[in-house]
This record gives sequence, C-alpha cells and structure tokens, in this order.
Amino acid sequence: MLYREAGQFKASYKEDQQIFPIRQDRVGMAVILAIFFLAVPMFASEYWLQAILIPVLIFSLAAIGLNILTGYAGQLSLGSAAFMAVGAFGAYNFMLRIDGMPFIVALILGGLCSALVGVAFGLPSLRIKGFYLAVATLAAQFFIVWALVKFPWFSNHSSSGVISAQEVNILGFAFDTPVLKYLLTLAVVVVLALLAKNLVRSTTGRRWMAVRDMDVAAEVIGIRPMRAKLSAFAVSSFYCGVAGALYAYTYLGTVEPEGFNLDLSFKILFMIIIGGVGSILGSFLGAAFIVLLPIFLNVFMHSVFAGSLPAGLGSNLELIVFGGLIIFFLIVEPHGLARLWTLAKDKLRLWPFPH
Amino acid sequence: MGFFFEVLIGGLLSGVLYALVALGFVLIYKASGVFNFAQGAMVFFAALTFVGFQALLPGWTGLEEGSVMVFWLAFILALASMIVLGILTEKVVLRPLVNQPQITLFMATIGLSFLVEGIAQAIWGANVRALDLGIADEPIGWILDSADMIVSSFDVFAAALAGILVAALALFFQYTKVGRALRAVADDHQAALSIGIPLQHIWAIVWGVAGFVALVAGLIWGARSGVQFALTFTALKALPVLILGGFTSVPGAIVGGLIIGASEKLAEVYIGPFVGGGIEGWFPYMLALFFLLVRPEGLFGEKHIDRV
Amino acid sequence: MMNDMAQDATAEGGRRIGEVILDLQHISLSFGGVNALTDISFDVREHEIRSIIGPNGAGKSSMLNVMNGVYHPQKGNILFRGEPRQKMDPHTAAAQGIARTFQNIALFKGMTVLDNIMTGRNLKMKCNLLEHALFWGKAQREEIEHRKKVEDVIDFLEIQSIRKTPVGRLPYGLQKRVELGRALAAEPTLLLLDEPMAGMNVEEKQDMCRFILDVNDQFGTTIVLIEHDMGVVMDISDRVVVLDYGKKIGDGPPDEVKNNADVIAAYLGTSH
Ligand SMILES: Nc1ncnc2c1ncn2[C@@H]1O[C@H](COP(=O)(O)OP(=O)(O)OP(=O)(O)O)[C@@H](O)[C@H]1O
Ligand SMILES: [Mg+2]
Repeated sequence: MLYREAGQFKASYKEDQQIFPIRQDRVGMAVILAIFFLAVPMFASEYWLQAILIPVLIFSLAAIGLNILTGYAGQLSLGSAAFMAVGAFGAYNFMLRIDGMPFIVALILGGLCSALVGVAFGLPSLRIKGFYLAVATLAAQFFIVWALVKFPWFSNHSSSGVISAQEVNILGFAFDTPVLKYLLTLAVVVVLALLAKNLVRSTTGRRWMAVRDMDVAAEVIGIRPMRAKLSAFAVSSFYCGVAGALYAYTYLGTVEPEGFNLDLSFKILFMIIIGGVGSILGSFLGAAFIVLLPIFLNVFMHSVFAGSLPAGLGSNLELIVFGGLIIFFLIVEPHGLARLWTLAKDKLRLWPFPH
Repeated sequence: MGFFFEVLIGGLLSGVLYALVALGFVLIYKASGVFNFAQGAMVFFAALTFVGFQALLPGWTGLEEGSVMVFWLAFILALASMIVLGILTEKVVLRPLVNQPQITLFMATIGLSFLVEGIAQAIWGANVRALDLGIADEPIGWILDSADMIVSSFDVFAAALAGILVAALALFFQYTKVGRALRAVADDHQAALSIGIPLQHIWAIVWGVAGFVALVAGLIWGARSGVQFALTFTALKALPVLILGGFTSVPGAIVGGLIIGASEKLAEVYIGPFVGGGIEGWFPYMLALFFLLVRPEGLFGEKHIDRV
Repeated sequence: MMNDMAQDATAEGGRRIGEVILDLQHISLSFGGVNALTDISFDVREHEIRSIIGPNGAGKSSMLNVMNGVYHPQKGNILFRGEPRQKMDPHTAAAQGIARTFQNIALFKGMTVLDNIMTGRNLKMKCNLLEHALFWGKAQREEIEHRKKVEDVIDFLEIQSIRKTPVGRLPYGLQKRVELGRALAAEPTLLLLDEPMAGMNVEEKQDMCRFILDVNDQFGTTIVLIEHDMGVVMDISDRVVVLDYGKKIGDGPPDEVKNNADVIAAYLGTSH
C-alpha cells in the first residue's frame, strides 16, 4: 500500500485544490526534482546532457505550448516551430541591440514577441474552425520563416539568416558548460511547467476547455470565445517562443530560420499526440519519446545490419515508425502515454488489495 | 501588358493543376468525411511507383524500354497499387476512428503521410528519378510570334489534361449513380446507410478515383521537375485552394485553384521584387485567410447557423 | 449562496409573481426559407414558471435561443426589465442574469462535474491570467470562495458522489442534472430550461421537477420551461404558451390552455 489516497481526507477546499493533492505525488515530485537538479548533473555524461536531456526539456516546453492551444483550447496548430523561431530571433535581437540586457529578461521578451505574433495569427480562429484553422496556421509557418530569411535585420545581416547565440551570463555568472546550460534549461522549464499546470486548473483553463468542448454552450454561460482562444494562442506562443530561445541559447548555439521548418512543427505535434493531448505530464513524456526514438532506432539498425546499413533506410524507417505510431496512438490510446501512467497509478492505488 | 498576360496565363495553367490535387481532397472528404493530409504523400507514392515499374518492366517482360506498352502497364500497376493503398487506409486507419472528432482524423492522416512517404522510399529508394511523358517543354511558336508571349507547350498540355479530368469528375458527380450516391454519403453518412447504399463500394470507388487523380497529378508534376520527395508538397499547394473553395465543393476547388494559381504568380512578379521574392510559399495562404475573414463560409459555401 | 438568495426571495414575498421582466413583441425568425417563428408575442413575469409547449418543430427551442441571444430574430422587439434590447449576444444575456440548459446536453465532455459547474461561475470570477498562473493569494482565495458556492449547488442537486467524475462517463439523467447545476451556479434571475426531463424515467423526472420547483420557490428564480410531458407542464406552470408551426396558438393559465380548441386540434393532429 505505497500509493493510497484513502485516509488522506481533505479538511478544506484549499487542501483539495493543491497542485498535487495526493501526498505520494508530492513526495514523488520532490524526488524527481532532486534527481534532475542534483543527481543528473553529477553523473550524466556530456553526451547525455547535450544530445538528450537539454533537447528533451526544450521540446517539452514547446509541447506544453502546443498542448495549451490544442489539448486544452482545442485549436490545432501546425506552426509551432515558427513561433519557436520568433522567440529565438526575438531574444537574439534584444540581447544584441540593448546593452546589458539580462538573459532572463531577453528570454521573456522573446516569448512575448512570439505571443504577439501568435495572437495575430490566431485571429482567423474567430471565424474558422477545425482543420480549416489548422491549414490556416500553415500561413504562420511559411510566412514567419520566410520573413526571417528575407529581412536581414532580424539576423543582423548574416548570410541566409544564421544567428549565433551570445554568451549566456546571469548576474555576472557565465553559463558556458553543458552542466550549467542543462541546469538553466531545467530551471526555466520547471518554473514554466508549474505555471502552466496552475493555468490549466484555474478559471483560465476551464474557459479554454469549455471553448474546446462546446463553444456555443461556453458563450451562453458568459465565456467570450474570442478572448479564450486568443489568450490560448498568446500563452501557447509564449511557451513556444521561450522554448525557441532556449533552443538557440542552451542547445544549438547557432540556428537558422529554415531549422524551424514544418517538419519541426509536426514533430512537436507528434509529441503531444504520443505523450497525451491535454496533459502537461504528457508533454514531457512525448518529448522524451520523440527525442529518444530515433536514437534508439539508430542503435537498433546498427546492431541488426552491423555496418552494412542500406543507405537511407534509417531515415525511412524513422518516417514509417513515426507515422505508424501516430496512427496507433490515435486509434488505441488517444490520451497517449500520460493516460497509461494514470492507469498504472489507478492499479497501484488498489494494490495489493484489488476489489 | 503582354507580360502581364503571360504571367496570368502561366498562373492559370498551374492553377488547373492545383485544382486537380484539390479535387483529390474533395473526393475523399465527400466520401469519408476526412480531410486527407496524406494526399500529397499519395501523389508522391503514385509517381514513384509508376517510374519504379516503368524501370523494372522491360527486365521482367522483355518489352522495349520506353515503349507505349510499358507506359500503360506501369500506369495500370501504379493505379492498382493506389487502390490497394486507399482501401487499406480506409480499413486500417479511418474505420477504427469513425465517430472521432474531425481533428483526430486529420492528425491521423498526418501520421499516414509520414507512413506512406517512408514506405514509398523504402520500396523504391530516395533518388530523384526522371520521368518523360514525351511532351516538350518549350514556348509555343505561334503564340510567341503573334502575341509575343511565352507559353509553354508542356503547361498547356498539362492544363488540358487536368482540365479534362476535372470536367469528367464534375460530370461523374452530377450524372452517374455512384456520383449521386456519393453526394448522399457526403450529406449524411447515417442517412446514406439507411437508404442502403453500399458504402464499401463507394469507398473503394472513391479511393480508386482519388488514387487515379493522384497518379495523373504525380505524372505531370514528376515530368516537370523529376519524381522526388518534393512532390509531397503539391498538397501544401492545394490546401489554400481548399480553404478558399471549401472542402466539399467541386466548383470551389476549380475556381479556387485558378484564383490561387493566377494570384500567386502575379504576386511573385509584381509584389515579390519589393520584399525580396520567394513569396509563393505563403502568399496563397494569406490570400485565402483574408478572404475567409470576409466570407467565412468560403467561395461556394452557404451561411450556416449552429443548431442548439 | 442558496441561503442568502432564499432570504432575498422571502423578503420580496417568496413566490409572489411580480412585474414583467421579459417582454417579446412580434418576434419573427427564419432560416433560409424556413419560418421558425412568425409574429410571436408574449411576456414572462418575475418569479413565475412559464412553459412553452408545442409539437416537434414548432419553434420552442428557437424561442429560447432568441431570448438569450443565440439566434437573432429578423423582426420584433425584446424588452428585458423594460429596456429594449437591440443586438444581443449570449454573453450579454449571461451577464444580465439569464442562464439556460439545452435540449441536447451541452456539457463540457472532457471536464469533471465539479469543473463543469465551476464554469457556471466564470462571469463572477475576476482574477486575470497572470494571477491564475501564480495561483497564489487572490486567485487562490477566489477559487476557494467560488468552490464553496459550487459545493452548495452540488449539495442542492444531490450529486456529491460524482463530483470528480468526467461528465462524459455519467448516465444521461445525471448529465441533465449537472447541466442544471452549471446554470444554477451562475445564480441566474431568469432560467431557461429546454426539455430538462426528456428521456428520463419517472423517478428521475420527479427529482427534476422537485429541483425546478425548489429553485423557483427558494430563490425566486423566474423559469421558462419547454417540456413535452403534459402532466408535468400542467402541474407546475403558472402560465403556458402554445406554439405550432412557428405561430402562437394559445397563451394563458394551464386550465385555460388545456381547453383551448386550437391547442387540442394541434395536439390531436400530431402523435403525442
Ligand atoms: N440553426 C438552424 N438552422 C436552420 N434551421 C433551424 C435552425 N434551428 C431551428 N431550425 C428550424 O426551425 C424550426 C423550429 O425548430 P425548433 O428547434 O425551434 O423546434 P422545437 O419546437 O424546439 O422542436 P423539438 O420539439 O423537436 O425540439 C424547425 O423547422 C427547424 O428545422
Ligand atoms: Mg427543441
């Protein structure tokens, strides 16, 4: 009886409304945070930090962003990568053009730029719905990447829009090693994830979900669909924007607009489908899955074909596995990995005395 | 002025092709209620399968390379593959998702497009392959002489072919039994079921026709720029056409295709130079969006008030 | 909440029927070629239970939709508390104290019972997005304060045990009850109910009837009710409007309407 809710009576609504109402969840969360903040930096190799942990964290953030828009507010977007680009180029320009700009402020400002652009491209959602809107978000995807390439001001006149992130310096302390970059990313992502969790369980989140589930009924109880949708676009793009800035500053160091292409947008969409639409936890699980899968496939292929890997087979296999998994999850487990986790917890709740 | 018309005609000609691909979407939407994002992948799959068989057939059968016989055999084999692919899609992907929200179906077809692209390249390889339909791509002489405009013979051929196909499909919808049954299905799945229209047959026919359309589009595009992964982007070209014309309207697809084709070329030539060019990628989307802000029901859609 | 309101109502004299609060004058509404409503006039008085009856397709639901701004009639005037209403949207109606339920359940399927009812209070919740994100101090206090009111509604409707169940998993009768809860959470002055008892068994109907009467009685809420069950309608209504083919064919107290020749003809002409 490790995981039990019984016996934990909530004496007040305040207790019932805690972010993690069950004690074991709170303990579990503390342990996980301790592992990621303390143990991982001590033991993880540079490869693990740079090629796996940092990107997983950053993509989790982008996935949370898309999940807010798609999972909670019900507006499908195919332009997440473009909003990441706005955040990256926004932060870059704030750092570049304003002397002594603190990195964290630039990060937030980059996110806000992205939020603004997101609201602009969210305007059509007031008139059109469903996959019409999804297609419309492609306009954002193509237009933004094009604009970043074509207007050299954005990249400070570098060729084909490539930017190199400035050194990250917070209060005179340089974040220049993989461990430090990892810790910085982790801190930002954890804080934003907690804020997102708060948002989705508050009135704001309920308004989003109401519009998602039945917009006419939402309007009748006094929710303004326009505000709900646009606020979802804004918050979602903010998260994607911050993720994009981190992508440039703590992950790749050098990015170009073309890197934030439609493929990346699809990848983020796949993360939320596999991880769990409408779940913050799912955003993490999905991001980890999508980052790890190609690495795993690669290792698998090399062990099977042992050096004589047919050219191109690896990337094709990746396409096939991704595509197949998406279809599989949509059909078999539309709530994704997060749902499997909840099911496991429910089992545990009854264990060892199943009724 | 001659130059303006030259651009306009070029745009309209490619617009016919957009209309053709958009029609593939409309067909499947009408029959299965799905916005099939994988349509572009299917164009790619069709063209790749065609050139694949075209290369293999002479070795298998001893027929002369590049002969008419090989062309048609490859065409039939590719078409058969498309029909199989369509039926599999219907059975394996769409049937289990029936009654799910449209957004879910849409996401499933995004997954499907990855799957189809991967399978196509795993079977036939990822190299760019040449495709020759035997039509020259050069300015038509008499137009050049009389009006001093460059109009490519290949474009005219392609547009004519696509135009015939589009017209044939429109007639097919309007006047054949299957076409009418199909319209009933599109209006109301449940009603169509209760009238006793064999949905299975309709689905098979529609996916067959959509496969045929994809194949023709793939051949035309492939002959122009080589059979390669970029063919999947034909879908991206057709999407704004659909926002403009609506997913259920055949005339919408045609008119939308022409508008998008013409305006995108004109915009590239007349607006492009001021903003650094390359605006073809997004201009059609923006155009369609602005249009929707004014008329959310699309070109031919009817105004509709949600029932509560 | 409920107690406060009950007291207010008693102070005003409980169930005593008051002034006209909603006055519909010459309303006509059509969709494309279909005339859903033709030149309909009637009024609703404070604290009364006003029923709308009529055969299928008579225009009853359309009438409710006109009342709270979901549909916009092509002709006619609407006076709410004596004020003429020009362009009305559902949001404004909600802000003015009009709540409703729907003929086909319109709950938020992905949310729990508690969350569904909480949305009913959204107009009364003033914190902004940033405060929600921090969920500290003001936002938390506000959430708790409204949670208490929602728990009152949950107690009133006797649905404590399903509080945290996603509504999609509930049986039909309970969903209808939750939908009523969502409307009640807004503490409306005018409550529009579109066939709240359709598809229920006798027991469920009795419960629902009791809730409707209690709401009307304890809180003085004015109720407009669409219902097909004549027994119920005749039992609990103060006045009844009868529609047929979008036209008004009867209006008055239940007894009077029951004996109206046009009404009898309309009902005998259809299968009810
Ligand atoms: N949004 C709409 N679009 C088109 N026609 C509509 C719409 N809403 C209602 N109608 C039409 O208006 C007429 C009246 O419909 P309404 O739903 O008001 O009837 P009702 O009296 O509520 O019937 P029921 O007892 O079946 O609920 C019907 O002919 C209906 O088809
Ligand atoms: Mg009705």
